[in-house]
Amino acid sequence: MSAVAVRAENLGKLYRVGGPRAAYGSLRESLVDAAQTPIRALRGGLQRPETFWALKDVAFDVGWGEVLGIVGANGAGKSTLLKILSRVTYPTTGHARLHGRVGALLEVGTGFHAELTGRENIYLSGAILGMRKSEIERKFDAIVDFTELERFLDTPVKRYSSGMYMRLAFSVAAHLEPEILVVDEVLAVGDAAFQKKCLGKMDSAAREGRTILFVSHNMPAIQALCHRALWLRDGRIVEEGPPASVVESYIASAVETGRFPLAEREDRSGDGSARIVSFEVESADADRVIRPGSRLVLRLGYRSDRPVRYPQFVITISDHLDVGLFLLHSEFTNRLPETLPPEGVVTCETDPIHLTPGRCIVHLELLKGNVQADLIPHAGTFEVHDDDVFGTGMMPPRDWVRYVLGQRWWLENERVPGEGVQS
Amino acid sequence: MHEQSEPTLSRGGVDPPLDERQGPAARTTLVVGPPGGWQALDVREIWRYRDLLYFLVWREVKVRYKQTVIGGAWAVLQPFMTMVVFSVIFGLLIDVPSDGVPYPVFSFAALVPWTFFATALARGGNSLVQDPSLLSKVYFPRITLPLAAVSSLLVDFAIAFVILIGMMLFYGIVPGVASLALPLFVVLAYVTALGVGFWLSAANVKYRDINYVIPVLVQFWLFLTPIAYPSSLIPEAWRALYGLNPMVGVVEGFRWALLGTESATSASLLVSAAAALLLFGSGMLYFRRMEREFADVV
Repeated sequence: MSAVAVRAENLGKLYRVGGPRAAYGSLRESLVDAAQTPIRALRGGLQRPETFWALKDVAFDVGWGEVLGIVGANGAGKSTLLKILSRVTYPTTGHARLHGRVGALLEVGTGFHAELTGRENIYLSGAILGMRKSEIERKFDAIVDFTELERFLDTPVKRYSSGMYMRLAFSVAAHLEPEILVVDEVLAVGDAAFQKKCLGKMDSAAREGRTILFVSHNMPAIQALCHRALWLRDGRIVEEGPPASVVESYIASAVETGRFPLAEREDRSGDGSARIVSFEVESADADRVIRPGSRLVLRLGYRSDRPVRYPQFVITISDHLDVGLFLLHSEFTNRLPETLPPEGVVTCETDPIHLTPGRCIVHLELLKGNVQADLIPHAGTFEVHDDDVFGTGMMPPRDWVRYVLGQRWWLENERVPGEGVQS
Repeated sequence: MHEQSEPTLSRGGVDPPLDERQGPAARTTLVVGPPGGWQALDVREIWRYRDLLYFLVWREVKVRYKQTVIGGAWAVLQPFMTMVVFSVIFGLLIDVPSDGVPYPVFSFAALVPWTFFATALARGGNSLVQDPSLLSKVYFPRITLPLAAVSSLLVDFAIAFVILIGMMLFYGIVPGVASLALPLFVVLAYVTALGVGFWLSAANVKYRDINYVIPVLVQFWLFLTPIAYPSSLIPEAWRALYGLNPMVGVVEGFRWALLGTESATSASLLVSAAAALLLFGSGMLYFRRMEREFADVV
């Protein structure tokens, strides 16, 4: 009898400081605590352990067949929200009503057992996700088709490559077919082709009228798949509305944090064995100003304890909505030495960018061999300044197109050579 | 958290209907809210996840002896080796009395249920912490994990039991009518193992000390159970207290049912059964209580 599929009211989740993981102590601590509690109470008031709200006063509705995207920085409460909705953890306050069968996908491959074969893991993982045996049997062929791993079905998954493993795991999950699907950043795995297939599966699930709640750092995916987006910051909803505008506000604020010195940024991943500590970008032009026709010069300072073996620097440049534009990769030209000194600056110079005026976002990554040493999303930004490339004062607007292309026009048979400007 | 049935479901004007196969499950409303108070076992929820329980048991059995050379033979070899050691040390050297039964059968009849119980404590106690992402990344009734871990050991128990029968035939012992009561003692061992397994597994999530407690606990418990010796060694005055250990009832019962020893008194058996039920009930309540924060502390 409900007009909405999901209604969250006043949701809050309180954790003890130090993060949820630090909340478990030893038996001794608890015993000591228990013994001291009455004493402390006598001394005037209980000393409550310090706590923080991972989620606070969160309320929203999701209609039937609606796809809601949830964006926010790491630690903003996105995963906590999904965990509550999928019943993995309980809210401290408030409640959520879910009017239908809920399927959650918070991790790919939960419950997989390395010793079991692909076939066996399909059954096990399907059951863990909440499928009945008969349901798995019915969908078995479709699942196997989706994985494209028929030949390895009877091989233990410990012999699978990580890509194959992800493929198998996601395929089971993709066939869950609940009415309300809760998905946490699981599409960030696998190769590009498979990712595309997964996004396609989500899209078709949405078209079938399933309600989807979707957390992602992939802004283009949020914009492409979602009907509405919700931005969480410090456990609270900051903005809710059409995906494009929510994403834009979120990116704008993420860019703010991009002004912090790179060395002090905490929102990074990787094993930390080598870190990117500085970044600057300017044009190769004499005045250093970046214009649509400029070549970029990017300098990445890095630091490590020891020489950096097989370094790969990866720079992703995306537009103001965080849609990817360029990928610069030190392996593309393969001109860096195999071993770099423990500290230094690496420079990359590009060809002319031909970008329309506006803001661009830069993400940085440093790999050593296949190991991710450092990854800083939204490491910095730069502004492409307006320039009169055509000599007419005209310029295509950024919110319409990303690129500006040199061009010449004429009426056939009346070509006037030399007109038009190449940028 | 509870579910309530709703007679109809309006889709708020969004057209494409979901396929009908989802049937009754689609007509429920789930309310996720702060938990309160002590809760008993949600049998309906476990029933709903019975296929998962089946697959978890199946996984345990399948994986347990993977990459071992002799595989399932370990299920037999563990109690059998202990029996050999006990027979030499207690039976031959120390000459512990064995109620008129050859010492090897006497101890093996106890070691078969005991090995089930001891392994159940270890496996059950670790069932939640061995794969933390099961607790933090997906919902299902948590109690299926210790339930599956303990239940899967019934398979090992059955294998070892066949050897026990073989040994009895070897020594020319033919069980009487009393052997019909044997399933009762298997149930008693199972219920006790589950009760302790619930306690240990739930506590282990929060206090990893339990990992170190389990081996010590198993060792103590071994000596508090008449495995190497007959319970007739225990002074009459202490028997009731002794019977508080449900495994006393189990072992006594096994020997009485299979070997015809004259040791089981119905009074101490009742004490054992009551203790087992108490362990089971309290373990279940404790588990349900701790369950709520599993995902947050694991």
